[in-house]
Amino acid sequence: MSSSQSSSRKPSGLFRNLSAKIASVPMVLTALVVFVGGTAWTVLYSFTSSKLLPKLNFVGLDQYERLWGTRRWLISIENLAVYGFFSMIFTLVIGFTLAALLDRKIRGENVFRTIFLYPFALSFVVTGLAWQWILNPDLGVQNVVRSLGWESFTFNPLNDPDIVIYGILIAGLWQGTGLIMVIMLAGLRGIDEDIWKAARVDGIGTVKTYLRVIIPMMRPVFVTALVLIASGIIKIYDLVVAQTNGGPGIASEVPAKYVINYMFRAQNLGQGFAASTMMLVSVIIILIPWAYLEFGGKKRG
Amino acid sequence: MRKFSKLMASAALCTASMAHAGELEVTHWWTSGGEAAAVAEFAEAFDATGNTWVDGAIAGSGGTARPIIISRILGGDPMGATQLNHGRQAEELIEAGLMTDLTELAEAEGWKDLVNPSSLLDACTFEGRIYCVPVNIHSAQWIWLSHGAFEKAGLPVPANWNEFVAAAPKLEEAGITPLAMGQQGWQQNLAFGTLTLAIAGVDAWRKVSVERDVDTAKGPEYAAVFEAVAKARELARDSNVQDWNLATNLVITDQAGGQIMGDWAQGEFQMAGQVAGEDYTCLPGLGVNEILDTGGDAFYFPVIDDEATKEAQMALASTLIAPETQVAFNLKKGSLPVRGDIDLSAANDCMQKGLNILAAGNVLPSGDMNLTADTQTQIEDLMAEFWTSDMSAADGQARYADIIASAE
Amino acid sequence: MADAITPRGPKPRRRFSRANVMLYGTLIVIAAYYALPLYVMIVTSLKGMPEIRIGNIFAPPVEVTYQPWVKAWSEACTGINCEGLSRGFWNSVQILIPSVILSIAIASVNGYALANWKFKGSEVFFTILIVGAFIPYQVMLYPLVIILRELGLYGSIWGLVLVHTVFGMPILTLLFRNYFTSVPEELFKAARVDGAGFWGIYFRIMLPMSLPIFVVAIILQVTGIWNDFLFGVIYTKPADYPMTVQLNNIVNSVQGVKEYNVNMAATLLTGLVPLIIYFASGKLFVRGIAAGAVKG
Repeated sequence: MSSSQSSSRKPSGLFRNLSAKIASVPMVLTALVVFVGGTAWTVLYSFTSSKLLPKLNFVGLDQYERLWGTRRWLISIENLAVYGFFSMIFTLVIGFTLAALLDRKIRGENVFRTIFLYPFALSFVVTGLAWQWILNPDLGVQNVVRSLGWESFTFNPLNDPDIVIYGILIAGLWQGTGLIMVIMLAGLRGIDEDIWKAARVDGIGTVKTYLRVIIPMMRPVFVTALVLIASGIIKIYDLVVAQTNGGPGIASEVPAKYVINYMFRAQNLGQGFAASTMMLVSVIIILIPWAYLEFGGKKRG
Repeated sequence: MRKFSKLMASAALCTASMAHAGELEVTHWWTSGGEAAAVAEFAEAFDATGNTWVDGAIAGSGGTARPIIISRILGGDPMGATQLNHGRQAEELIEAGLMTDLTELAEAEGWKDLVNPSSLLDACTFEGRIYCVPVNIHSAQWIWLSHGAFEKAGLPVPANWNEFVAAAPKLEEAGITPLAMGQQGWQQNLAFGTLTLAIAGVDAWRKVSVERDVDTAKGPEYAAVFEAVAKARELARDSNVQDWNLATNLVITDQAGGQIMGDWAQGEFQMAGQVAGEDYTCLPGLGVNEILDTGGDAFYFPVIDDEATKEAQMALASTLIAPETQVAFNLKKGSLPVRGDIDLSAANDCMQKGLNILAAGNVLPSGDMNLTADTQTQIEDLMAEFWTSDMSAADGQARYADIIASAE
Repeated sequence: MADAITPRGPKPRRRFSRANVMLYGTLIVIAAYYALPLYVMIVTSLKGMPEIRIGNIFAPPVEVTYQPWVKAWSEACTGINCEGLSRGFWNSVQILIPSVILSIAIASVNGYALANWKFKGSEVFFTILIVGAFIPYQVMLYPLVIILRELGLYGSIWGLVLVHTVFGMPILTLLFRNYFTSVPEELFKAARVDGAGFWGIYFRIMLPMSLPIFVVAIILQVTGIWNDFLFGVIYTKPADYPMTVQLNNIVNSVQGVKEYNVNMAATLLTGLVPLIIYFASGKLFVRGIAAGAVKG
């Protein structure tokens, strides 16, 4: 996301651009007070033994040692990795494929697009409940297929610890792919028609044109899509709570749920803060270099 | 910008003038049919004192409600009264001076002599002062058995856990899941706690849960407990429901032989039109060790600097524990009253069993009053994992002992 | 930007070519998968409980009943209040309108300043905002309680409005910044020469030409704020609880028989506002995204 036009407006002095600075006060306050301040507060208290109320009785790295020795946290991390990996790939692939299909001058584009997009209007709580209901072994898909005559058919992901995370993935993809499709579609619409003409003249096939020419041209679109998908993955919480509540057992636990559970149910704020600090650290490790390249690194004279 | 700060200023004024005399906002997480009917008894009794009950119900158990309650208190805009499980949960709020001291009222009304068992009031006491009103007693140590299921298998209804285990193969032959179990940590933990009392006995339980004695946790009594839990895990293999009431429903519909669950399960049987002793049997302490814990709910009153509100708080505290309210509330809730001096002849077979055990004094302090929520959560996580994996009994016991060793 | 939504892909050749059949076939199968949950919810909400217990979730109702809808809207109980979702609906509206207006107003000015009036450090703050988009909300609960308490806003609707403004800021600012960056520089320069300042250019030049991106922002915010449960329940009082809290109460009742039909009706009722917005404005949404989210 370059912004070459603005290069000529180089600021100088405190009072140049004063209106812009005043107008940015809410943003600056949000960034500094809420995001930086709130984060610092959380990190600080992660080194304490705070229980129900935040208190500054420091215990060093105890909370972190305990965190990494807890099975539930390790399972949560593993689930997030599996969910994140597949969610990232499938959302991009499905989103792009749907957009490409819709972009082929089809009839009824509006209808199809609306159907693919409407799940995004529903909250994760609703998504989780709807899919819990559809995947219910006694009432949903499994039961229906069995009643059609295939007696041995088994599809019960929400009650099988080994595959429960994929049951959640199905619901997550259903909810989230529509938005990515719209973004991809918008990106495809931004590509010059001459490209297609040139590709046709050169005799390059449709699929090949997409892979070799179109996708590389859509880099900024993919970046926006990645930011949206990734921020959603890290925060995944409501969907799990509504669909499985972490079960069966602790098989579908995720880090955000661990944080909430230890902050509020176990009343061990320190442990919850330590877990959320670990989540933040991983976000920052992934994000800072990227954000620097995208937004901050282009110093121009 | 100026508009915005004006907005903020006027909003601040708004919050400052919110408290109305005699109006008390009460937060709780009793939202199901039976629970709401029970709360309505409280509200009615409180309104009869000339005050107004403003209902602040939040569904989804204490896990959802607690952050809301704590945030409200920390945010300086507390509710007039709130449900909390008594015990160690509220200690820090009391220490921070955020909860109203009820000692004067308690002394004037003689709660010390009324409340039975006295451990309930102890749980409300912090450094000699009383900070909460216990309102009911719930116990977890019950197994609920389906007469229909055992009839189908051609067996008599078992009288205790050992007979139940012995009957399991026949149940399975008849296509019945022996033990219904919801796949959630707290339910699995509840079954563990109940089996502990039945199999290891009270003394071993006390050593571990109250005195945090690691050797006992590693010892033979607890080894037997973990063997029994592993056995129960086998019996519940085919039970793939999540919610506890859906598991209860398996028992009601004779698809499962029995379920280990707290006394609140009988609300489900009642709603399905089943009669205790005819359609189902309840065995306190799994029929082995007839002893119950005395968990339950209590109300706390955050400190609010307003005389009228304070008066309303005291009026509510007094109403909650009054004999008439106790009878009306507990009959609807299916729990036992906290007073030993009232007549509950309307109670059904299972409640009578509970009352008798209470009268005989076979009670334990609830785990809430012993282990911290933190430790309980760790045990719950362990149980959730144990029940859904093939972890061996010995491994489970070793990890349990580790948790006890690190408990505060 | 007007042609931004015409398809650019290669033109399919004949009406009934094999490729065309494949294309529509694929689309219809996928559309069926996406439509299925909504279909199940609607069908279930129109059935009676006995039919649900014995039946197939995909079968249309044998006997249509609107009772679950009536119950969800006006009779379902939360604690001792038996007013269904209706109580929360107006609360949600009261929270929604100021939150949407304030959050969009602030974010659009932010985006404008970032795109056209850069100052030293502005990009740093922006980067912090974007990183902030990744922070799980729950982590911020306690710090925000403290901040709101210090501002004297805790427990009022304005506190909640502020929270929605803060958490809507990263994505919205990103959208507006990208959009304003794509505005031709000549326009901006000409206005500067005419002596227009920061606000003059914003109101006279930028606002009139940014309808598409405002549509996107409104859609995103209405959906996000309407569907919010966590902030609504933490930062307001029971009298102000939004509709989602009542939905949670109806759906999560711990005891008793689960009334799936009422749950589904309640779910649909709660989702109605964002759903209508999506069904009504799908085309504008794509156009706005094309204009804002993807221009580099």
